[in-house]
Amino acid sequence: MDYFLQQLINGVTLGSIYGLIAIGYTMVYGIIGMINFAHGDIFMVGAFIALITIVALGITAATPLLLLIAALVLVLVIAMALTAVWGWTVERIAYRPLRGSFRLAPLITAIGASIALQNFVQISQGARNKPLQPLFQGGFQLSDGAGTGFAVQLSYMQILIIVTTVVLMAGFTFLINNTSLGRAQRACEQDRKMAALLGVNVDRTISLTFVMGAALAAVAGLMFLMYYGVVDFFIGFVAGVKAFTAAVLGGIGSLPGAMLGGLLIGLIETFWSGYFSVEYKDVAAFSILAIVLIFMPEGLLGKPEVEKV
Amino acid sequence: MTQWNDNPVLTVEHLTMRFGGLTAIDDLSFNVGRGDITALIGPNGAGKTTVFNCATGFYKPTEGRLVMRRSNGEKFLLERLPDFKISAHAKVARTFQNIRLFGGMTILENLMVAQHNPLMVASNWTLGGLLGLTGYRHANRDAIDHAKYWLEKTNLLDRADLPAAELPYGDQRRLEIARAMCTGPEILCLDEPAAGLNPKESLELNELLMYIRKEHDTSVLLIEHDMSVVMEISDHVVVLDYGVKISDGTPDEVKNDPHVIAAYLGVDDDEVDEIEEEVGL
Amino acid sequence: METVKKPSLLESSVKDAGMGAFVTFALALVMVGMKVDVASGLGAELFIEYRWTAVAIAVVTVFVGRLLLNLFFWKPDNPLAVNLSGLMPSGDSATQIGKALKPVLLIIAIALPFALMFWLGARGSRQYIDLAILVTTYIMLGWGLNIVVGLAGLLDLGYVAFYAVGAYSYALLAEYFGFSFWICLPLAGILAAFWGIILGFPVLRLRGDYLAIVTLAFGEIIRIVLLNWYQFTGGPDGISGIPRPSFFGLEFKRGDGGFADFFGLDYSSIHRIIFLYYLILIMALVTNIVTMRLRRMPIGRAWEALREDEIACRSLGINTTNTKLTAFALGAMFGGFAGSFFATRQGFISPESFTFIESAVILAIVVLGGLGSQIGVVIASVVMIGGFEFFREFEEYRMLVFGMLMVFIMVWKPRGLVSTRAPSVTLSKDAKGISADLVQEGHG
Repeated sequence: MDYFLQQLINGVTLGSIYGLIAIGYTMVYGIIGMINFAHGDIFMVGAFIALITIVALGITAATPLLLLIAALVLVLVIAMALTAVWGWTVERIAYRPLRGSFRLAPLITAIGASIALQNFVQISQGARNKPLQPLFQGGFQLSDGAGTGFAVQLSYMQILIIVTTVVLMAGFTFLINNTSLGRAQRACEQDRKMAALLGVNVDRTISLTFVMGAALAAVAGLMFLMYYGVVDFFIGFVAGVKAFTAAVLGGIGSLPGAMLGGLLIGLIETFWSGYFSVEYKDVAAFSILAIVLIFMPEGLLGKPEVEKV
Repeated sequence: MTQWNDNPVLTVEHLTMRFGGLTAIDDLSFNVGRGDITALIGPNGAGKTTVFNCATGFYKPTEGRLVMRRSNGEKFLLERLPDFKISAHAKVARTFQNIRLFGGMTILENLMVAQHNPLMVASNWTLGGLLGLTGYRHANRDAIDHAKYWLEKTNLLDRADLPAAELPYGDQRRLEIARAMCTGPEILCLDEPAAGLNPKESLELNELLMYIRKEHDTSVLLIEHDMSVVMEISDHVVVLDYGVKISDGTPDEVKNDPHVIAAYLGVDDDEVDEIEEEVGL
Repeated sequence: METVKKPSLLESSVKDAGMGAFVTFALALVMVGMKVDVASGLGAELFIEYRWTAVAIAVVTVFVGRLLLNLFFWKPDNPLAVNLSGLMPSGDSATQIGKALKPVLLIIAIALPFALMFWLGARGSRQYIDLAILVTTYIMLGWGLNIVVGLAGLLDLGYVAFYAVGAYSYALLAEYFGFSFWICLPLAGILAAFWGIILGFPVLRLRGDYLAIVTLAFGEIIRIVLLNWYQFTGGPDGISGIPRPSFFGLEFKRGDGGFADFFGLDYSSIHRIIFLYYLILIMALVTNIVTMRLRRMPIGRAWEALREDEIACRSLGINTTNTKLTAFALGAMFGGFAGSFFATRQGFISPESFTFIESAVILAIVVLGGLGSQIGVVIASVVMIGGFEFFREFEEYRMLVFGMLMVFIMVWKPRGLVSTRAPSVTLSKDAKGISADLVQEGHG
C-alpha cells in the first residue's frame, strides 16, 4: 500500500510535467492541425535556458529560502520569455510560409526543425549531460514505513511541481475561455478562413499559440530540471513523443484532455516501472497510445469525428 | 399502375436510421422497380441522402432491411454487407452530392479504377499482371475500351488524359456517372446529379439517364431538387419529409397529392411557388 | 484628403532587419552567449563560459543579411528573385528533363565503380564506392517508402522498424541456423512484410497524423524490444560477425577458392565493395521496376485512388483495408530487403542504427524528392545523403545543416523537387504530367 502511494505521488508529478508539454501539442494541433514535432525540443531548450539562468544567477541550495523562491520566479519568467521567442521563431521560419499548403510539408519542416534544434544545442552547449545539485531538499514523511519497511515521501519539489501545474492550468483555462485571444483561437480552430474574414488576425493568433505553448514547455523544462537534476540535448525527443501521446490520449485539441492524458501517461509509466520493468516503460506508454487510438480515436475527452459522405 | 411492386430491384423495408436522439428516417418502405427511373424527392433535411448512405453501406441502418435482387436471381441484404461489397457483389453504384472524383488522376484513370475488381481477377491478384501474362493484357485493353465507350457517351473522350480536377463542374458530374457505370451496376444511385448544371447540361443529363435505362440493365434511383428533371424522366416518385414517406406514385399522382403540396408549403414559400410553377399547378 | 504615406523601402527594410536582429539577440543571448559546462574535478560543479562575441556576430549577420535581402530580393517591386525564377525549369520541361535523365543516371550508376577505379585506383575509390552504396541503400528505402506514402498516401513514421526487422532477421537466421545471405534475403523480406501486415492491420483505419504517430510508436517499440531482449538480440551490444554474401558460392577471401582466385585476379578487398555496390543497385532497381509496373496495374491504381479519395474507392467496390495492407506490406518487404543488405554489408548491427531519425531521413527523402516520384527520390538521396558526406570534416555541424536543409527545401518547394505526376495509362501519346497542386496527399 505504501509502495503504491509512493508510485502514485511520483506518477502525478511526472504526469504534471508531461501535461504541461502536452498542452503545447494540443493547442497547436487544435488550431492548425499539425503535429509540432519540434515542440519536444522547445521544451529541451527551455530546460537549458532555465539551467543556464540558475547557474548564472548563482542560485544554490544554500540560498536563503525567500531569496531562493524569488530567484526561481525570476528564472521561470526569463525561461518562459526566451523560450517563447524560440517557439515564435520556429513557427515563423518553418511553419508560417507553408500555411495552407500541402499537409506533409509542415510535418517535414517540423522534423527538420527538431533535428536542427537538437544539434544546435549539442553544438552550443556540448553533448555532456549537465547535472544540477538539488535546490530543495526534504519533504513530508507521509508514512515512516514502520509496518511495511517502506517510507512514503512527498518532497517539497513534488509539491512545487504539482501546485505550479495546477495554477498554470487554471490560468490557461481562464485565458482560453474568457479573453478575446482565447476567442480568436477557438474561432481559428473552427474555421480559419471565416475567422480571417471577420477580422481575426490569424497569423498573430497562431503565433501567440506557439508562444504560449513554448512558455508552458519552458515551465515543464524548469520542473524537469529541478526534479531529475540533469538535462542533455536529447531529452526533448522522448519527452515530446510521450507528451504527444498524452495529448492524443486525452483527446487532441482539448486542454483538460491534455492534462488528463499527461497524468495518465505519467501514472502508467511510474506504475509500470514500479511493478514490472523499467526497461519496457516506454513500450507500455506507446502501446497504450496505439490501443487508445485504435479503439477510441477521438481520445478520452475529444470530440468524435463524424465521417461525412 | 404499381409496376414497381411486381418486379422490384431494390426493396426498402421498414428502414429506420437514428443518430443519437435524432430520427433521420422513420419506418420507411418503398420499392425501386427494375428498369425504372425512380426519384426520391423531399425538402432539405428530409433524409434522402441518408437513405442512399444506408443503401450503399456507408451507414448501418438502426432497423429495417434493404433487399437487392439482381437479375441473375441473387439476393443481397444490403444492411449486412460492408460498403465495398455492396458495389462489388450486389452491384449498387452511387455518385455523391459533393462530387468525389480522383482529382489528381486522369479521366481515363478514374474509369480504370472503377473496373478494379474484374481487373484484379484478370491479373491473378497482381501476380499474373506483374509477370506480364497475356490474360491481364487483354483484360486491360478491354477495360480501356469499356472506359472509352462511356467517355464517348458522356462527351469526354477528347479529354481522357486530363486530370479530373481540371474539368468544369458539369463535366465532373457526368464523369462521376460514367465512373459509376464502369462498375457495371444493376442499380445506379445518383445524389442530386443536376445540381449546379445549366439548362443545357441538365438536358444532356436527362438524355444520358434515358440512354442508360434503355441500353443497359440498370435501374436508376435519384435524389433531385430540379423538378424538370424529376417530372420529365422518372417513372416513379417517392416523397420524403422529415424522414417519413408522405407520397409514392407516378409523377402525376405525386404532384397532385395534397400531402406533397402541404409539405413543400410548410417549408418555404419561394420553393412552393417554384414547384407549383414547375409542375404546372 | 491626406494619403497614407507608404514608408520608404530603406526605412521599412531597416526596421525589419532591426526586428530580426532583436529576435536573434533574444534567441542567442542565453543559448549561444552562455555555455554551461561541468567543471572538472570533484563535485561536478557547473560553471558558465561567456561568449558575447558569438552573439554579436550572430546579431550583426542577421541584421546585414536581412537588410540586403529586403533591399534586393523581398521588398522591391521588381525583385531579383522574380528574374531568377525564370531560369528554373518549369513543369513540362522538367518532365522532359526527367525523361532524359533516367537513362543517363542508369549509365552513370552502372559505370560508377569502374570509372572511380580508373581515376582514383582501388585505394582511393573505396570511400566513394562506400558512399555510393550508402546512397543507393537510401534510394531503395526511399522507393520502398514511396509505395506507402507517395502512392497510397499512408503516412508512415516508423518505416525504420521494417528495416530493422530485415536486418535482424538475417543476422539471427545466420547466427542460429547458419543460413546464407541468399536464403535469408527472401526470408527477411517475407518476415518484414509479415510484420507490416501485423502492425498495419489494427492501425490502417486511423487517418493521417494519428497513423503517423502510431507507426512512430511501433517503430520505437520494436527498437526498445531489440535493445532490451538481451538473450536473443544481444541488446545494445548488437550482433556481430554477420556472414558476408558470396558471389554464387564464391567467397570474397584471400587464397584458393575465393572470388579473386576463381577469376584469376589478384586479391583485393575492393572486389567485395564493388560486388556489394552492384548488389544494392540491382535490389534497388528491382524495387523500382516492380513499383513502376504495379502503378500501371489495378492494385497500383487503387493505391493512388485511395490517396485521392477513400470514400469514392469504397463506393467503387474496392476493399480499402486490403489495398492499404498490400501497400504497407510491400513497402515493408522492400525495407526488409534493404535491412538484410545493411546487415551483410556492415557485418554488425545494433539497435542504434534504427532510431527514429532514420525513419525521418527516409521520409524526408521521399517528401523532398516529391511524393510518388521515383526520380525525385534519387535526386533527394544524392543531395541529402551523398552531398552530405562531403562535409565529413564538419562532422559536428552535419546534422544541424541537415535539419535546416530539410526546412529550407520544404519552404522553397513544398511539393518536393519533382512535383508532376505521370498518368499510369493514357490514350494519346503526348499526355502531359499532372501538376502536383491537383494531387491529393492522402488522409490515412
